Amino acid sequence: MRRDSAITCPGELTGSPRSLCEEITMAFLLKQPSVLPGFGLALGFALLYLSLIVLIPLAGLFMKTATLAWDQFWAAVTDPRTVASYQLTFGASLVAAMINAVFGLIIAWVLARYSFPGKKLLDALIDLPFALPTAVAGITLTAVFSVNGWIGRYLEPWGIKVAFTPFGVLVALTFIGLPFVVRTVQPVLQDLETQIEEAAASLGATRWKTITRVILPEVLPALLTGFTSAFARAVGEYGSVVFISGNMPMRTEITPLLIITKLEQYDYAGATAIAVVMLVVSFALLLLINGLQWWSGRRLAAL
Amino acid sequence: MTTTILSVLHRTPRAVSVIGEPFSVRLVLIGLSLAFLGLFLLVPLAVICVEALKQGFGAYIASFQEPDAISAIQLTLLAAGIAVPLNLVFGLAAAWAIAKFEFRSKQVLVTLIDLPFSVSPVVSGLIYVLLFGLQGWLGPWLAEHDIKIIFAVPGIVLATIFVTFPFIARELIPHMQTRGNDEEEAALVLGASGWQVFWRVTLPSIKWSLLYGVILCNARAMGEFGAVSVVSGHIRGETNTMPLHVEILYNEYNYVAAFAVASLLASLSVVTLIAKSLVEWKSSSEAKERLA
Repeated sequence: MRRDSAITCPGELTGSPRSLCEEITMAFLLKQPSVLPGFGLALGFALLYLSLIVLIPLAGLFMKTATLAWDQFWAAVTDPRTVASYQLTFGASLVAAMINAVFGLIIAWVLARYSFPGKKLLDALIDLPFALPTAVAGITLTAVFSVNGWIGRYLEPWGIKVAFTPFGVLVALTFIGLPFVVRTVQPVLQDLETQIEEAAASLGATRWKTITRVILPEVLPALLTGFTSAFARAVGEYGSVVFISGNMPMRTEITPLLIITKLEQYDYAGATAIAVVMLVVSFALLLLINGLQWWSGRRLAAL
Repeated sequence: MTTTILSVLHRTPRAVSVIGEPFSVRLVLIGLSLAFLGLFLLVPLAVICVEALKQGFGAYIASFQEPDAISAIQLTLLAAGIAVPLNLVFGLAAAWAIAKFEFRSKQVLVTLIDLPFSVSPVVSGLIYVLLFGLQGWLGPWLAEHDIKIIFAVPGIVLATIFVTFPFIARELIPHMQTRGNDEEEAALVLGASGWQVFWRVTLPSIKWSLLYGVILCNARAMGEFGAVSVVSGHIRGETNTMPLHVEILYNEYNYVAAFAVASLLASLSVVTLIAKSLVEWKSSSEAKERLA
């Protein structure tokens, strides 16, 4: 990446004069000088837009929280109804992410290693939960799993109720998290050199041993990234859950819904307090995902 | 039937190598995948079609001729029509700065761009309510000047911009990074101006990932529910987008109309998936051409 120091004076070279402002930003920020123009303009616009749309509004949420008294904040975030909603949201998200980790790994393996009729179609369909609006997913899953639904009617005689129970929340969260694990693990499996597996096999390892001792460790960072991404997405999910959960306080009420309920009752303080908790959790998960991706990237680069 | 499946499965070269799984294991794994995906992806798609057409094609079409449905469709198109171009310009600017230059705290900027993805949609809506709502920081000033943002169209557009913020930048950055700066530098040396380089060299080389980002951004913009729901106020015929209209119809037990509008959104997502596959196929075949 190191460039020739002879071409570091872009103004002379390209005849395009730079403004003083641009010279200053480049001198301060750039680690390496570049002949390409437009750094100041591009970065300036990106930062302005980022601040206006994302950073200032998010900062507003924290500032609003700062105006709450500590007692008020604590009461809002530890209210029994709120705590019940955390338990459901985080519990169901965790189980959904685990289901997706197991099935996502199997699906990624099947898509990367086997060929069978309809594979291309299946591969394209994986992203459906990303593309399908959450409200559509919500009403559809409710129709599938309600007592008279396509699948719900066969579960009912067994005493299994899905729609309007915590189990329904789990189904919705599994649906929306489905693509994450598949899409992070699949490329790693595709890039994996089959030679190391052949080496393991020729050294006498059984297939099972090769998979658990050779392939799984290589896939692990990507699997964890996918798992955490699915979990993070599920924690914040609203649209697909509200229809299937039935929204009973203490039983099937998720935290994002509680925020909306508080807003509708003009309890801005309560809504803000819970939103801050959610936001801090999302930030922590985002940092974790970034760390995992970095680890995963380093592992791949070392291969 | 079994023999055709057998022959298809055995056609893969790995079946004979030392590292394949036994045939029965393959069959079980493929079966498990098909069952899981069938249950979670195919059954819901089929349900949407069946429920939407339950009372015949006439009732299906009638659901779209309702004035509320028409205004919901218009508002959705408007919100996406504003959000996607703005995020496109941002995506290009951010990707240019991040992919073409090495600067301090670059990783921080990349993480900040991803922020809207990790924020719950409900919280995304709430931050604008706290900023522009009547109780919010700018609320009294806005009320004085008779400007409505929350429970009005600008709020819906803002919330849509927020939730679709990272899509295009995220598609462009890795692609532009792997392409490097050589072509742009060559163009500059040959005397092209900065904008000429951007239009004639950079843009053609990233067109497929750009298109892919726009498709994803548009799908999310048209389908967003949570964030828009918080800022919309659910005024029928005024601040209802298509997903919100689906919710209202569903809660009124008007299932046929709800699934009819839902089917429109679902077909949009299927078109998105097809476009995505086409773009992937197109860009990989171009990459192969370049190598050859």
